[in-house]
Amino acid sequence: MSDDIFITAERIEGADDGPLAGRTVAVKDNISTAGVRTTCGSKMLEDYVPPYDATVVERLKEAGATIVGKANMDEFGMGTTTETSHFGATDNPAAPGHVPGGSSGGSAAAVAAGEADLALGSDTGGSVRCPAAFCGVVGIKPTYGLVSRYGLVAYGNSLEQIGPFGETVADAAELLDVIAGSDDRDATTRQAPRASDGRTGDARETRETPLEAEENYADAATGDVDGLSIGVPTELLEGADEGVVETFWDAIADLEDRGAEYHQVSLPSVEHAVEAYYVIAMSEASSNLARFDGVRYGQSGGYDGNWNETFAKAREEGFGDEVKRRILLGTYALSAGYHDKYYKKAQDARAWVKQDFDEALAEADVLASPTMPVPPFELGESLDDPLQLYLADANTVPVNLADLPAISVPAGETDGLPVGLQLIGPAFGERRLIRAASALA
Amino acid sequence: MSDDAVSPEEVRHVAELARVDLDDEEVDRFTGQFADILEYFETLDEVPAVDRDAELANVMRPDEERTSLDSEDALRNAPETEDGYFKGPNVS
Repeated sequence: MSDDIFITAERIEGADDGPLAGRTVAVKDNISTAGVRTTCGSKMLEDYVPPYDATVVERLKEAGATIVGKANMDEFGMGTTTETSHFGATDNPAAPGHVPGGSSGGSAAAVAAGEADLALGSDTGGSVRCPAAFCGVVGIKPTYGLVSRYGLVAYGNSLEQIGPFGETVADAAELLDVIAGSDDRDATTRQAPRASDGRTGDARETRETPLEAEENYADAATGDVDGLSIGVPTELLEGADEGVVETFWDAIADLEDRGAEYHQVSLPSVEHAVEAYYVIAMSEASSNLARFDGVRYGQSGGYDGNWNETFAKAREEGFGDEVKRRILLGTYALSAGYHDKYYKKAQDARAWVKQDFDEALAEADVLASPTMPVPPFELGESLDDPLQLYLADANTVPVNLADLPAISVPAGETDGLPVGLQLIGPAFGERRLIRAASALA
Repeated sequence: MSDDAVSPEEVRHVAELARVDLDDEEVDRFTGQFADILEYFETLDEVPAVDRDAELANVMRPDEERTSLDSEDALRNAPETEDGYFKGPNVS
């Protein structure tokens, strides 16, 4: 194993037979594997061995996949570069000397380096799509509720979904087929509404014919984009790196050559998506990470002094900078006197973003943007200024706020560095995204 | 910088609420960073009030006994246990 792709390299054999028999999968280290250490990239959980499997891991095993290791990640999923991992930074196999993106950087790197055929990551604000773009592979962020989060160590649970990586769209879709579906251990999972089911009352969902809504995700990877209508949100191109924008338009031209057409759309709400995302994610993190007390599990703060003192000591020693920063800012945003100023306004912004996407998707089959506004940073380049790093998530976080599905697919390169194209679809419109993206990879 | 930028005392206070000890160097660093980040978050003031029409549905399951982790498994990751219980510091 090279380049710190895996935190723990261990083979977990699946069933003898199944749709993923003979395929290897890397699993992000915040997804629980029974009997195999799951650290979340944190010193806090350095020795934590889950007593049970996440639902997605159970499904991988049943499908015959072989898990080859627990992939490196930003600590607790907090980062855009995989450099906040307690276990060291992962190098980018597609662009050595650069970051693989985050927070699922190890998962994307595993696929890019050929260490695994497929991988699972988690995407709270772009953590599957960003490393897919930076490593030149495909990553899917599913509709909120399509994939069970049971056994995923929570960070921002109203935003995050487990998502697949593959070298091609068809590969990633095949893994999505295995992990998607409702789970009685995660009450936020939902059945995709059936197109023939009038109850949904939602015009955008009736665009899928009943036949389309029943086929496998992998079968949707036909590459057929004839007649596809693509909306390009102007706001998601503003401020992006010039080489990234050029590569993006080349990919759109490629889709046009195959019969797609594009038009510009405007999403005024996305100007506030990054603020809203970070307020909500940090607030949820401050609550979710309260369980790490060094008593039931985690780094112990020792046994001198009272509970609060040893709890605070365990957390000082166990958490890295970015995790502390987000817990503190989340605590601040939820504290008396500030709740209405930050958290409530962030929820308003979230509703506004959803509304904007609904309107744009009423006029287009999919929306397209560069996945990341910049090419991969050099290792060590970006760590000093957290705010600048948060701004790099501008194109991915609106999708999580709106609970929608999106895919990042390789679009080409700028100065030898991978550029990803992001396609965004309506809720449960994964097949449409897979069909469109498969025209490119 | 906004009028109510955070002071080192406020950072210490929030850290206490969040039960995270910070050393002096961390307090200094976070004070500067929080001023920038919170100033940026304040642009949320420009967001209009939006009607939320989420169709929410309660998801219930039957209230039936189900198997759970046995106590040995549940205790396996605890730094210290005693007689089948988690052992923690004094509460006060």
